[in-house]
Amino acid sequence: MDATAERPVVQVAAPPIELEREPLVLKQRSLAWISDTVAGIAEGKTPTWWWAAFIPSFLVMTMCFVMIAYLISTGVGVWGLNHPVGWAWDITNFVFWIGIGHAGTLISAVLFLLRQKWRTSINRSAEAMTLFAVVCAGIFPLIHVGRIWLAWWLFPLPNANGIWPQFRSPLLWDVFAVSTYGTVSLLFWYVGLIPDLATMRDRAKTVLRKFCYGFFALGWTGSNRHWRNYEKAYLLLAGLSTPLVLSVHSIVSFDFAVSQVPGWHTTIFPPYFVAGAIFSGFGMVLTLLIPLRTLCKLEDVITVRHVELMGKVILATGSMVGYAYGMEFFIAWYGGNPYELYAFKNRAFGPYWWAYWTMITCNVISPQLFWFKKIRTNIAIVFILSIFVNIGMWFERFVIIVTSLHRDYLPSNWGYFKPTIVDILTFVGSFGLFLTLFLLFMRFLPLIAISEVKGVTPLADPHHPLGGSKGGHH
Amino acid sequence: MSTAASRSYGILAEFETPADVMHAAEKVRDAGYKKWDVHTPFPVHGMDQAMGLKNSVVGYFTFAGGITGLTLGMSMIWFMNKFDYAIVVGGKPLFSPLYAFPVSYEMTILLGAFGTLFGMFALNRLPRLHHPLLKNLRFRGATHDKFYIVIECGDSNYSSAETRALLEKAGSKHIEIVEE
Repeated sequence: MDATAERPVVQVAAPPIELEREPLVLKQRSLAWISDTVAGIAEGKTPTWWWAAFIPSFLVMTMCFVMIAYLISTGVGVWGLNHPVGWAWDITNFVFWIGIGHAGTLISAVLFLLRQKWRTSINRSAEAMTLFAVVCAGIFPLIHVGRIWLAWWLFPLPNANGIWPQFRSPLLWDVFAVSTYGTVSLLFWYVGLIPDLATMRDRAKTVLRKFCYGFFALGWTGSNRHWRNYEKAYLLLAGLSTPLVLSVHSIVSFDFAVSQVPGWHTTIFPPYFVAGAIFSGFGMVLTLLIPLRTLCKLEDVITVRHVELMGKVILATGSMVGYAYGMEFFIAWYGGNPYELYAFKNRAFGPYWWAYWTMITCNVISPQLFWFKKIRTNIAIVFILSIFVNIGMWFERFVIIVTSLHRDYLPSNWGYFKPTIVDILTFVGSFGLFLTLFLLFMRFLPLIAISEVKGVTPLADPHHPLGGSKGGHH
Repeated sequence: MSTAASRSYGILAEFETPADVMHAAEKVRDAGYKKWDVHTPFPVHGMDQAMGLKNSVVGYFTFAGGITGLTLGMSMIWFMNKFDYAIVVGGKPLFSPLYAFPVSYEMTILLGAFGTLFGMFALNRLPRLHHPLLKNLRFRGATHDKFYIVIECGDSNYSSAETRALLEKAGSKHIEIVEE
């Protein structure tokens, strides 16, 4: 007792004003304001804008299912695929969607491990985006097999002749990577939701809402004995998701890199695909959240600072992608393989030059604007640039897949891929599926991690005056 | 008094700020209570020490899950591609831990994640959909903006007068008995 009383008082100077960070929740909002605002989005009367977004999305989703039914009942000939381009929009769309998912896991897991507290405002919606993007991604490999009723051959089950799937193929690795990714993302998302579902349960007015939220909240009481295990489990799940997210897109890139096709057979693919995936995912997070923060009046939680920080991530990953494009060209020349060099020259200056230069413009040139703080903090410009990222990353996958396949070793084998209307409508329809799921999510579940946002405010810090600290020793 | 105590679950004390509840928790810990808990809308940093709790053991479940996943992945691929129905593909070996690694790696993470989740549930005794506290209307603040200490009547140190006095002295403005 005496020893602690005699301890010298350490005076820590407050940081200078220019080094103080902007608060994560503006206007010193109270803890109650955070739950009322976020939970309020999923309560009360459905806003008109929601219906205006949901009805078209639902119709577009229906169109997607009609196209898939047409494909399955007729055959893959309804797509523009043919020799020599056996993979085209199907696998482009698959890689596009799975890449988008990666930002959600990066925000929820990697930024958590790096103690980036700003993630709390965006992690819930980004994780939801991951899940729905994986749903969209999963459809395309499933339907591109043609005879979809034999898709169970992908699973570790013996077929009618007792033959097992062969695990030497990266395509089978992909099945395990994507299904693990979907499952672990769902678990991580659900664990994060449990305390917020308890908040929704305690606010619920109707019996049905009380039952549903109460059932999924599992009887959460905010007990500190529970938080102790919960926080450890959350940390471990973040630690598991980080190597997972890096492995998933690496394995997706093995689908190409392990083959012998010039333009695909390169060792730079795994890191290059991962950087591109994060780049595209942050693009999609911004495309979704910039309108939502205004429509749901969340400007004090998803602040301009959040948008600016995401702009910086886009700048960093976009520059990595640009470096990878340059390095691919360099190695194609330096490696001395004439087929490899031809594949790259053909990409940039061959019949698909327009796709290549769209990719370069959207992925390498336009993100460089994010060097300027004026642009990073201008919400309208960031929104437009985020759409460019989405376009550019779809074209990246199209360029990699189609330009490498359409001209192989024998000129008599050369061809030119053109999509059919079914190709186009299936892809457009997948956006309907994605948006329908996302709109349902934001209408029924808290769009922002309520308990996590509360936890990063000064009100939650027992050593801060706003958290009730009277100063003195602790 | 003893009949009333047998019908009561515990005593609930409400606090306004995380600092208040943490100082109160230190007092309850020092008074030697065992069956008690702090309920907060978010994890309060430093509360584990204030309550005298040790590090969580969820990690053992994660490790067990991960090891199971790795073993299962490797042995599944060996069984399917080498033992049960061997087919040579492209002159590659029938089994090699190298080509089996990507799938086994994913299985490690998958089962590790399941171990973490179900380990956490088991340690927390969740799901528990029926709980005396969940019937208490005042307690709804625990997921909103209030902080609570609950001391169970079953604690050997519990005495209705002294426990109440301790919580009042610790700064609680609202104290009530929670019925079973």
